[in-house]
Amino acid sequence: MGLSPVIWQFLVKWMVNFAIIPPEASKIAPQVDALLVFMTLVSLVGLVLVGLLITGFSIIYRRDKNPVATQIEGSTLLEATWTIIPLGLFLVMFVWGSVLYFRIYTPPPNAMNIYVVGKQWMWKAEHPGGQHEINSLHVPNDRPIQLTLISQDVFHSFSIPAFRVKREAIPGRYTTVWFEATTPGTYHLFCTQYCGTQHSGMIGEIVVQTPEEYKRWLAGSTSGISLAQNGERLFASLSCNACHNGQPDARGPSLADVYGSKLMLTSGSPVLVDEAYLRQAILNPSAHITQGYAPIMPTYQGQISEEGIISLVEYIKNLSSNYRVQQTLNTSTLLPEQPDKPSGKAAGAQGVTKP
Amino acid sequence: MSSIVSLPDQATARIPKRNYITNENGLMSWLLTGDHKRIAMLYLISITFFFFIGGALAGLIRLELLTPQSDLMASDTYNKIFTMHGVVMIFLFLVPSVPATLGNFLIPIMVGAKDLAFPKINLLSWYLYLVGGGMTLYAMINGGVDTGWTFTTPMSTHFSNTNVVTTGLAIFVAGFSSIFTGLNFIVTIHRMRAPGMTWFKLPLFCWAHYAASILMVLGTPVLAITLVLVVLERTIGIGVFDPTKGGDPILFQHLFWFYSHPAVYIMILPGMGVISEVISTFSRKRVFGYTAVAFSSVAIAVFGFFVWAHHMFIMGVSNYAVLVFSLLTMLVAVPSAIKIFNWAFTLYKGSITFETPMLYAFGFMGLFTIGGLTGVFLGSAGTDIHLTETYFIVAHFHFVMVGGMLMAFLSGVHFWWPKMTGRMYPEKISQLAAVVTFIGFNFTFFPQFLVGMLGMPRRYAAYPQEFQVLNVFSTAGASILGVGYLLPIIYLIWSLKYGEIAGNNPWQATGLEWQIQSPPLTENFTTIPIVTQDVYDYEWLERQKEHEVTHVG
Amino acid sequence: MSDSHAIAAHDPHAEGHAAHPPYQRHHFVSMEQQTETTSFGMWLFLLTEIMFFGGLFTAYLIYRNWYYPAFVAASHTLDIKLGAFNTLLLITSSFTMAMGVWCSETKRKAGLIWSLIATLILGLGFLGIKAVEYHEKYVKDHIPGHAFPGHAFSPQGFIHPDEEALKGGEKVLAPDMAAKTEVYFSLYFAMTGMHAVHMIIGIVLLCGMLIKALRGGYMDGHIAFVENFGLYWHFVDIVWIFLFPLLYLISRH
Repeated sequence: MGLSPVIWQFLVKWMVNFAIIPPEASKIAPQVDALLVFMTLVSLVGLVLVGLLITGFSIIYRRDKNPVATQIEGSTLLEATWTIIPLGLFLVMFVWGSVLYFRIYTPPPNAMNIYVVGKQWMWKAEHPGGQHEINSLHVPNDRPIQLTLISQDVFHSFSIPAFRVKREAIPGRYTTVWFEATTPGTYHLFCTQYCGTQHSGMIGEIVVQTPEEYKRWLAGSTSGISLAQNGERLFASLSCNACHNGQPDARGPSLADVYGSKLMLTSGSPVLVDEAYLRQAILNPSAHITQGYAPIMPTYQGQISEEGIISLVEYIKNLSSNYRVQQTLNTSTLLPEQPDKPSGKAAGAQGVTKP
Repeated sequence: MSSIVSLPDQATARIPKRNYITNENGLMSWLLTGDHKRIAMLYLISITFFFFIGGALAGLIRLELLTPQSDLMASDTYNKIFTMHGVVMIFLFLVPSVPATLGNFLIPIMVGAKDLAFPKINLLSWYLYLVGGGMTLYAMINGGVDTGWTFTTPMSTHFSNTNVVTTGLAIFVAGFSSIFTGLNFIVTIHRMRAPGMTWFKLPLFCWAHYAASILMVLGTPVLAITLVLVVLERTIGIGVFDPTKGGDPILFQHLFWFYSHPAVYIMILPGMGVISEVISTFSRKRVFGYTAVAFSSVAIAVFGFFVWAHHMFIMGVSNYAVLVFSLLTMLVAVPSAIKIFNWAFTLYKGSITFETPMLYAFGFMGLFTIGGLTGVFLGSAGTDIHLTETYFIVAHFHFVMVGGMLMAFLSGVHFWWPKMTGRMYPEKISQLAAVVTFIGFNFTFFPQFLVGMLGMPRRYAAYPQEFQVLNVFSTAGASILGVGYLLPIIYLIWSLKYGEIAGNNPWQATGLEWQIQSPPLTENFTTIPIVTQDVYDYEWLERQKEHEVTHVG
Repeated sequence: MSDSHAIAAHDPHAEGHAAHPPYQRHHFVSMEQQTETTSFGMWLFLLTEIMFFGGLFTAYLIYRNWYYPAFVAASHTLDIKLGAFNTLLLITSSFTMAMGVWCSETKRKAGLIWSLIATLILGLGFLGIKAVEYHEKYVKDHIPGHAFPGHAFSPQGFIHPDEEALKGGEKVLAPDMAAKTEVYFSLYFAMTGMHAVHMIIGIVLLCGMLIKALRGGYMDGHIAFVENFGLYWHFVDIVWIFLFPLLYLISRH
C-alpha cells in the first residue's frame, strides 16, 4: 500500500477507536479503507487548496488594498492543469474502486454459500446444513462466505458495515455478495434500503466464530435436515421427478451435475446454470428451454416459497447422479458431525406453502 | 471594510413611480399577468411557503433523531415525514428555486428582451406548480406518503397504504411546470437576444440556465411517464414493475433515475449561474475563463444524462454496467471542479468586497467543494458499496443541495433584491444571517458524514445507541440553521417598506439588468438595446463612471 | 471616449403602430421573430413528447426481448385489419391537416374549413375504431390487472387457444409464458392509451380551430396556431406509425 504496515495498523486503530470508521472485520475491509483514506486525503488537499485560494486572494486583493481590478481573460495553462489533475485523480479512484467492486462482487469458487431471504421486516438466513436464523448470521472466520440474497416482497439491502459489504435483496432475482471474516466477534447487520414501517427494526447481528465454535453452533442449531435434503423431499412432493427422472426418454432433462455446466438452449445460445438460472427455470420455465426438449414444464410461480426454491436449488446443486436419488445425496459434509444420531427422520418437507 | 455599494442620495431618492409593480393594480392583474417579473415574484412567494413546510418537516426529523429510540412519533409517521420532506424540498423548492424566480425575472432582461418567448405559458407554469403543490399538500393532510421521495417499486406499487397516487400525480403536474419553464428559457435565449448579444456576450447566468433547461426539457418527461406507470400499476395492477407478473422493479429504477440524476444538475446549475454573477461583481472583474465556465455548464448537462445508474451500483446490475457508469460519473465531476477553480481565480487580482451575496457565494464554494468531492467517494464503485444508503449519502446531497444550491439561491436573492424591489436589504444583519447559516449548516451535516461512514443507515427512525452523540450534534446544528433561514424572511420583508432606496445599480455591476431602473418597467426597456460591449466589461463601466452617461429606461 | 454603450435610441414605434400587424405580441421586435420563436418552441415541445413516449418504448424493447413468444401471441390477437385501417385514417388526416395549413397560408377559407372538418372526422374515426378494439380486449379479458370487476386479466386464451387460432398457426403457450402476455397488454394499453390522450387533446384543439375558422379566423396571416398545430398532429401521426408495427406486426406472416 505504500505505507508501512505498522503505520497503517496504527492509523486504523486510531480511526476505529475514535469512531471514524467501523472495525475492520473482513479481508476486504482494509482494502476499502485504504481507498477511503486516499480519497479523504485528496479531498482534504483539494478543500484546503480551494480554501487557501479563496481566503488568500480575498485578503491580498481586498478592495482596501487593491482598488482597481486587473481584467484577466483566463489562462489555458491553468484550465488544462485543473482539468487534468482532478481528472487524473478521479480516474485513479475509478480504477481502484472498480477493482475493489469486482473483488467484492465476484465470489471465489470455493466460497461456502448461505442463503438469505429478506422480508418485511426480518432477515432469514439458511445455512446449507439446514440451520435457520432470523436477524442473525453465524459464520466461521477465515473462510470465504457467499451470500445469495433474495427478497420476498420489497427491496431490502443487507449491510455489514464492519465488513464493508452491502448488497440489495430484490424480489424476483438472486443477488450475491461474498466476504471473508477475519476477527471473531459480533457486528452490526442493517437493512439499508427503505422498506416500510419497520425498516429501522430490520437489524441484527453478524456473529463471526472460530471454526470450532462454528461447528458447535451448527450442531446445536440444526433442524436435522439439510437444505438439500429438504429440497429432495420437495422434488418428490412437487412431482419434479416425474419428468426429471434421469431416464434417457424422460420428458425433462437430467439434472445430475447440471449446476455449473453450460446448457444449450433451443434458442441456440448457451447459458451458465447457476442459482439464478435454476430459480428462473422453476418459476419461468418457458423463457429458457433446453435444446431437445418441449416447452411443457409447468410453472411453480405462487406454489412455492422462496425458502422452498432455495431448498430445491441446493438439492440440484448437490445432485451428481440420478441413481437412487436419496443415496446420491452426499449429505455428510453438509450436516455437522453427529455421533449416533439417526438421520433422515425429519417430519415432512419444508417449504411447500404459498409465500 | 469597504463596500462597492453606491446608493442614490436617500433624502431625494424615490422608487420610480412607473414600474412593473405599480403598472397595474388589483389581484387579477397579478393572477392573470404575463409579465415575467410578476410571475417571478409569485413564484418567490410560493416556493418560500413550501420551503418552510419542508423545513418544518426537517425539524421534526432532527427532533426524532435526538434519541436512538423511535419515541417522538410512530415509525410510520417518521417515514411519512422524511418522504414529504424530500418531495416538498426537491420538487416544490429546489427545482424551481433559482430558475422560476431569478431566472424568470432576469433572463429576458439579461438577453435584452421585453419578456420571455411565451408569457402565457410562463403563467401556466406557475399555475401548474400551484396545482402540484396543492395536491402534495392534500396528500400530506390526507395521511401523507411513506415510500420515500424515490417511490421505489414494489414498495410504492404494492406495499404502501398511503397516498402514493395523489403524490405521484402531484409531481407529474409539477413536472410540466418545470418543462414549460425550461422550454421558455431555451427559446428565449436562442431567439430573443438583442442585436449584438452574441452567445459569448451572454452572462454566465444565462449559460447556466440554458444548460439546466436542456435537462428540464429532456429529462422531466421521462419522470412523468414513469409516474404514470406507477400510478397505473398501483390502481389497476398492470404488471410492468411486478416480478410476479414478469415485470422488473429494476426497470423502474432505471426510468426513475434517468430523470432524477439530471434533476440534481437542474437544481445546481442555476445556482452556479448565480455564483458566476456574484463573484464577478464583488471582485470587479470578468469571470476567469468565461468560455471554460460556459462550456462546463453545458458539459455537466450532457454528461449528466449518462450517469444515472450510479444510484444503482449495489442493486445487482451487471458489473460491466457499473464500470461504465462509474467512469462517466468521474467525468461529470471534472467540469464542476473546473468551475470552482475558475471562480477562485476570478478573485485573483480582483478588488474584493464582502457584502452578503459574496459571503453566501464563498459559503457555496467551500460547501459545494466538500459535497462534490464526497460525490467522488460515491462514484467510485468499491467505496460506494460501503457508503451507499447510509447517512454519508444524506450528508453528500445536503452539502451540494443546501450548502450549495440554497446558499446560491440566497446569494442571488440578496444580490438582485434591490433590482426586484427597488430597496436594499439591511447589510449587517444579513451578513450575520449568512455566517449563522454557514455555521449551523456545518454543525448539522458534517456529523452525518461521520455517522454514515460508521454505517448508520438512512431513513432510520431508530438507531443503535452508539450513533447518538453525532445525531445530537446534528440536531443542535439544525436549530442554528433554522435561525439562519428565518432571519432573511424577517429582514427582507422589513426592507420592502424600510429598506434604503437602491437606485439603478447599487452594486455598480455590469449587465443589462443594472442599466435599467429598479424596479424595472413592465416592458423592461423602453427601446431594445443594441449590445456592443463585452459581458463583465468592468473597464467599460469604469470609463462610464468617469463620463456621466444618461441611461435610457 | 469611445461611444460604446449598451442602449441606443431606436424606436420602431416612432413611425406609428402600422409598423407591425395587430397580432404581433409586444415583447417581440418583429413578426419574423414571433413566427420563428413560436415555431422553435413547438419543435422543442415535440422533443419533450419524444422523451415522454421514450420511456414506454424502452420498457417495450426490454420486455419484448425477454418474452418474445408471449409478445408474438398477444400481438396476433390484435385485429390487423382494424390497425391498418386506423393507420390509413391517421396518415390521411395528416395529409388533410397539411392541406389545411396550406389553405390558411394561401387564405383559402373554404379549403381550410373543409380540411379541418376532414381531419376532425378522420381523427374521430381513429378514436372510434380504437374504442372498438379496446372493447374487444375487454370482452376477451385482455385488459391487464383488475381494472374492471369480472373482467380481470386472463391468459387462458393463450394456454388453450381455440380451433380458429390453432388453425391460423398460433402456438400453445406454456402457462408461465402465457402469463407474460399481461406485460404485453400493459404496454399496449399504456402506449396506445397515451397516444389516444394526445389525439383527444388534438381533437379538442381542432374543434376550437374549426370554430374560429368558421368565424373567419386565420385569414389575416395570423396562422401560427394552425401551422404549429399541424406539427403537433403530424407528430401524433408519427408516434402511431411507430406503434403500429411494434404492437400489431410482431412476427406476422
